[in-house]
Amino acid sequence: MLADLPVLSLITFSPLLGILVLLFLPKQRSRLLKVTAIAATLLPLILTFWLYANYHPEVGGAEFKELSTWVEVPVNKETLAPGVTSYMLEFQYHMGVDGLSLPLVLLTALVSLMAALASVHIKKRWKSFYIWFLLLEVGMLGVFLARDLMLFFVFFELTLIATFFLIGIWGYFNREKAANKFLIYNGLGSALMLMAFVMLIATAGLTYVQTDNTASLIYSGNYENLLSNLTNPEALVNVLPEMLGGNNPFYLTDGVKWAVFILLLIAFGIKLPIFPFHTWMLKVHTEAPPAIVMIHSGVLLKMGAYGLLRFGIFLFPEQAREWAVVLAVLGVINIIYGALLAMVQKEFKLVLAYSSISHMGIVLLGIASFNEIGLQGAVFQLVSHGLISALLFLIVGSLYERTGTTEIPELGGLARSMPFMSGILLVAGMASLGLPGLSGFIGEFLSLLGLFDTMKWLTVIATIGVILTAVYVLRAVLAITYGAMPERFITFKDARLIEAVPMIALLAFIVLLGVYPSVLTDTLQHSFDVLINQLNARVGG
Amino acid sequence: MAYNDALGRLTWNDLAYLTPELTLVIAAILLTLIDLALPNRFSRQTIGWLSLSGLLLSLYFVVWHMLKMNPVGGEPGAVVRLLGDSYRIDDYASLMKIIFLVGAALIVLMSLGTVKRDDELPDKGEFYTLLLPAVLGAMIMASSGDLITIFVGMELLSITTYVLVGMRKKVTIGSEAAFKYVVIGGISSAIILFGMSYLYGVTGSTNLGLIALGLQNAVSQYPAFVYIAFFFMLGGLGMKIAAAPFHAWAPDVYQGASTPVTAFLAVISKAAALAVLFRIFYNTALFDTSYFKGGAAGSLGGDVFLAMKVLAVSAMIVGTTVALRQRNMKRMLALSGVANAGYLLVPISVGIVGFHSNNMSELLFYLIAYLFMNIGAFAVLAVVSRAAGHEELSGFAGLYYRAPWTAAAMIVMILSLAGLPVTGGFFGKLFILIGAAQMKDFWIVAIMVATSVISYYFYFSVIRQMFMRTSEGGGEIWIPVPTGLAIWICVGATIALGIFPNPVLDWLNTVFSLPGDLWVR
Repeated sequence: MLADLPVLSLITFSPLLGILVLLFLPKQRSRLLKVTAIAATLLPLILTFWLYANYHPEVGGAEFKELSTWVEVPVNKETLAPGVTSYMLEFQYHMGVDGLSLPLVLLTALVSLMAALASVHIKKRWKSFYIWFLLLEVGMLGVFLARDLMLFFVFFELTLIATFFLIGIWGYFNREKAANKFLIYNGLGSALMLMAFVMLIATAGLTYVQTDNTASLIYSGNYENLLSNLTNPEALVNVLPEMLGGNNPFYLTDGVKWAVFILLLIAFGIKLPIFPFHTWMLKVHTEAPPAIVMIHSGVLLKMGAYGLLRFGIFLFPEQAREWAVVLAVLGVINIIYGALLAMVQKEFKLVLAYSSISHMGIVLLGIASFNEIGLQGAVFQLVSHGLISALLFLIVGSLYERTGTTEIPELGGLARSMPFMSGILLVAGMASLGLPGLSGFIGEFLSLLGLFDTMKWLTVIATIGVILTAVYVLRAVLAITYGAMPERFITFKDARLIEAVPMIALLAFIVLLGVYPSVLTDTLQHSFDVLINQLNARVGG
Repeated sequence: MAYNDALGRLTWNDLAYLTPELTLVIAAILLTLIDLALPNRFSRQTIGWLSLSGLLLSLYFVVWHMLKMNPVGGEPGAVVRLLGDSYRIDDYASLMKIIFLVGAALIVLMSLGTVKRDDELPDKGEFYTLLLPAVLGAMIMASSGDLITIFVGMELLSITTYVLVGMRKKVTIGSEAAFKYVVIGGISSAIILFGMSYLYGVTGSTNLGLIALGLQNAVSQYPAFVYIAFFFMLGGLGMKIAAAPFHAWAPDVYQGASTPVTAFLAVISKAAALAVLFRIFYNTALFDTSYFKGGAAGSLGGDVFLAMKVLAVSAMIVGTTVALRQRNMKRMLALSGVANAGYLLVPISVGIVGFHSNNMSELLFYLIAYLFMNIGAFAVLAVVSRAAGHEELSGFAGLYYRAPWTAAAMIVMILSLAGLPVTGGFFGKLFILIGAAQMKDFWIVAIMVATSVISYYFYFSVIRQMFMRTSEGGGEIWIPVPTGLAIWICVGATIALGIFPNPVLDWLNTVFSLPGDLWVR
C-alpha cells in the first residue's frame, strides 16, 4: 500500500499535518497542543521505519525516487544560434534516498520525537513553539532527502529561519544574542553554499539534449545530473574551450572547481562546525532551550557533515582527495581543541558543546581517510553522536528544570535523590567517551581505523583526543552525580514518565548500534562502494 | 521601416493607443476640480477611491492593449510607434506600465486606510490627485524612444514627487526633505540633460535608434564626448534610482515624506529610472558597433557597463553596511532600497552574449517582487508607526501580541527582502545570480550574496522586535480595512511568486522580444 505512495514526500511533509491541526487549536490549551505536536512527530518516524525496512541497499533507493518539475523557466533564446528549440532553467522537486541519507533521516525523525517529548518544559507560547518546531522538522527531513540543489537550499534555509525563532523566543537569558549569532554565521554559510550552487548550475548544470528535430539546452539543479556532468569528460563543463574553437562559456577551469569546493567546505564547515567557525554553536548550546539543543546538536550539526559529503566530496572527489590531509588536520584540531576546552569548563552545557566539536572532528577524520571503513565510520559517528548528544541534552533539560542551574560546581550528589537520571547520565557519558558495546565506540573506532590506513601519524595524535574525552566526561559526570549534595537537592524527584521514556528509547538505540552495528553499516556499504569505485576510476586510487 | 516613414503627425486613431495615459490625464483634471468644488467638511476619501479607479482603468487599458498585441497562440502584433518613434507602445513599455500602475494602485489602497487620520498631511485631496500625474510621468518615461520625451516624462514625475514629498509642510523634517529632494532632483535632472545634450551633439539626433546608428562614427571621432555623455547620464540616473555613491539624499527624503509617498519614491520612481536606464543603454552603449559585439572589454559598451557594475556593487555594499546602524525604519528601508537598486542594476550591467540574453526577465521579475515586498513593508510600517506615534524600529516591539496576523505578514516581507525562500525576493535574486554566473561575473555573485547575508542582520532586527520584545503599553493595533487589504495582497503575491514563479516568467518570456520591444530601430 505504502509502496505506491510518494513515501519520501509523505515523510518530509507529514509534520505539516500537525501544524494544520495546531492552527485550529486554542493557544491556551497547552496539553492538547503538546499531544498534537508529539503525534505529529510520530508520523514521520513510523514512515521512516517502514522505509528502512523496505530499503534494499543493493538497489540504492531508486524505487523511492520522486521527480517532478517545480520551476521551469524559459530563458530568452533570441540571441542563441537558430536551431535551439528550447532553452530552460529548471528546478525540480526531486527527492531521493540512499545509504547516506537514510540513517540520517531516521536519526532526524527519532530525535525530533524525543525533542517533542522533552518540550514539556516549554512554558510559554506553546502554539507558535510547536509550529516552528514542526517546520524545523520538515526542513531537516527535506535537507536529507532533497536531490535538487535549489530544493536542498530551500529546506536548509527553512531550518535556519525556524531555529532562529526557536532560539530567540524560547531560549535562556541571552537568547537574542545567541539567535543573532546563529543567524549570521549560518546565514554566511548558506550564502557561500548558494554561491557555489549558482556557479555549478550556471556551468555544470547545463545539459544539451538533441533529437532529430529538437535541441534543448537545460540548466538544472538536478543532483544526479550535476554528478554525471562533472564526471563525464565530454560534458560541456569539462571540454576545454580550445576544442570548441576557443569558445566554451560553460567550461569550468580547475581553479574555479577548487573555488567551488572550498566554498562548499567553508559553507558546511561552519555548520559542522570546523574549528575557527565554531563560536556560534557554543552560544546556541548554552542559550537555546534544551529540546532545541537536542535537535541542534543531534541533527543540525549533522547537516553540515552531510552536505560536505554529498556536495563537497561526492561532486569534487579529486579536489577533496588532494585535500585529504587538510581535512584530517582540521579534524585533529577539532578533536584536541574541543577536548582540551571541555576539560576546563564549569558549565555542563559548555562541556557538552566542546565535546560536540571534538566528536565532529572524528567525522572529518573518517571522511579524510577516503576508504570505505573510514567513510562508514564517519556516518556511523554522525548517527551515534546525534543519539548520544540528544540524550545528554535531554538529561540536561530535566536537570535544569529541577536545579535551576547546570554549573558543575553547584551540582553534586544527584545520584542520591535521582538515581535513575544519574544512571542514564552515567551511561550516556560512557557512550560519549567511546566505551565498547555502546555506539560511540564503533564510530570512533571505524573512523580511526580508516585513517590509520592512510595517515598513521595523524591517527596517533587523534587518539590522544580519545583519552582526553574520557577525562572530561568522567570529570563532569562524576562531579554531578557523586560528591556532597547541596541541601536543597534532597527533595528533588526522579524523572517523570514522560522524561524517562525518551531517555530509555535513545539509550536503547545507542546500545543497539553498539552491539549490532551492521544494522547501520549494511545500509551504508553499498552507497560508499559506488563512490569509492568512482573515485578510483577517476584518480586511479 | 525607415525612420522617415515613421515621422508622422498624431492622428485621432493614434489616440486609441494612448488611452492609458489619457485616462490618467482626465482623471487628474477631474479630481482637481472635484477637490476644488467639494466643501472642506467632506472627507477626501472619495477622491482617493476615484484616484484608485482611475489607476485601475488605466491598467485595464494597458493590459487590454497588450493582450491584443500578443494574442494567445498567435503572432505578436507590430509595435506602435508614434511621432517618429518618440513614443512607442511596445511590450517593454507596457510591462513597465503595469508595474507602475499596480504599484500606484496598492499605494493608494494603503493610503486610503492611513492618510485619513494623518493630521500631518493637511491636503489629502491633492495627495491623491498628484499621484496620477506622477504615474503618468513614469509611464511616459517607459514608453519613450527619444531623449526629449524621456526627459519630459522624467520631469513630470520629478516635479510632482517634489510636491508630494513637501506635503507634510508643518513637520520640520518634512520641509527639509522636500528642499533636499528638490535640489538633488534638480541637479540630477541637469546632469542627465547635460549627458543627453552631448549625445545629441555627437550624433545629431535625439532619437535612440538614430543615436545608435550615429554612435559608431562618433565613438571613433569624439571618444571623450561620448564617454562624458554616457557617464553623466549614468550618474544622473544613478541619483534617481538612489544607487551609491549617489544615494545620500534617500534616507533623509524618505524619512521626511509621509509613508505612502516614501513607498512611491522607493518603488515607482526607482522603477521608472531603471526603465529608462535599460532602454537608453541597451539601445546605444551596449550595441554601439554591431548587434552583439557590444559589451566586449575595451569597447565603449565594455567600459560603460563596467562602470554600471561598479555602481551596482557599491550600492549593494554601501546600502547594506550603512543600514546596519539605522534605528529608524524608514531610513533603514531607504538604505535597503539603495542595496536593492544595486541588485536591480546587476541584470542590466552584466550585458548580453549569445547564450545569456535573459536580462529583461531577470530585471522585471525582481522588480515585481520588489514592488510587492516593499509596498507591503511600507504598509505595515504606516499602520505600526501610527499606533506608536513614531517611525523608530522600537515601534515594532511586541507586534506579535498587538497584531499577530500583521506580524506574520511582516515576516513574509522581511524574508522576501532578505532573499530567503520561498518568496518572490528569493527567486528574483536567484535569477539575477544565475544570470551573473552565466556571464562568469563571479565577483558580482560573491558581493551580492555577501551583502544579502549582512542584510539579514537589520532585516531580522525587525523580527526580533516583533516577536522577542514586549511593548511598553499599547493594546491591540487596529488595521484599517484598505491598508489591511493592501498588506495581504502583497503577502499573497510575494508567496505566490516564491512558490510558482513560472507563470510570470513564462509570460515575460513569451511577450518580450529583445529586438522587437526594446530596440528603437
